[in-house]
Amino acid sequence: MAKMSIEELKRIKEETTRETSLRTGTARIKITVHMGTCGIAAGAREVMNALMEEMAPAERADIRVVASGCMGMCSSEPNVTVEAEGEEPIVYQHMNANKMRQVFHRHVLEGEVQTDFALAKI
Amino acid sequence: MKELSLHILDVAENGIAAGADQIRIAVVEQRQANRLQIRIEDNGSGISMEQVDRVVDPFYTSRTTRRVGMGLSLLDAAARQCGGDMRIQSEPGKGTQVDAQFVYDHIDRAPLGDMAATMTSLILGRPAVDFQYRHRVDGSELALDTREIRQAFEGLPVTDPRVFRYIMQTLRSGEERLRRGGQDQWRK
Repeated sequence: MAKMSIEELKRIKEETTRETSLRTGTARIKITVHMGTCGIAAGAREVMNALMEEMAPAERADIRVVASGCMGMCSSEPNVTVEAEGEEPIVYQHMNANKMRQVFHRHVLEGEVQTDFALAKI
Repeated sequence: MKELSLHILDVAENGIAAGADQIRIAVVEQRQANRLQIRIEDNGSGISMEQVDRVVDPFYTSRTTRRVGMGLSLLDAAARQCGGDMRIQSEPGKGTQVDAQFVYDHIDRAPLGDMAATMTSLILGRPAVDFQYRHRVDGSELALDTREIRQAFEGLPVTDPRVFRYIMQTLRSGEERLRRGGQDQWRK
């Protein structure tokens, strides 16, 4: 891929500002990938990258992805927490790239909790 | 950890947990000199001299939630198992610098692995932190500075889909180029 020029970046910025101004801009859903040593060793990085790949085409400014530290449940890593506004946070366990894609599409986008992968409600 | 890039992710996360908002990561591969060097610097809270001495002990941690801390001990072990070493310099209130050296062609040296995935996880998972990343393989270099990207996008957050697509693409194609031994200079 050729390196983007500053002009291209500015054009993208203008387009994006237009688009985001149409949306509310506040995060409605927060997805936390736990990235302690335990999570990283168990594959949290691949989970995070799969999530990023799904996020890019979804173009949803109301979904926020964050990394955080270990949550103390090292044996069930990689753990991912999905917090949708007005709903109980769901912790998913033993995640991998494919399970993350499924959780993103079914739970985050369509609102259907994937109980097979869930560890707990908080 | 299967890859050195996972250790880098882990040590950088330590810095962020210590309150850093700037992380500098440099990976230098010198194949002729048979050496691979990794440096991770943060401007977090830092640790005292006596803590530096104890930090590679897996049964030492400053954390209170659990009594073991594996991160730096694992990197230290990964370096020592292939004839390298790890050094930590730190000053309370200023930050920490972790240097690890590896013998490049040692049979027990873990592969560097997917640095693009490590950097995207860091940059996009920690949007409030600035990252300066440099990866040099012999004469070729890939450099990425989130402050420059932020400036170019005039304040748009790195979590904006277009900004992060740009970051992912730049890192992936840049790393690919380095792997192929391309001569292109990625620094503008």
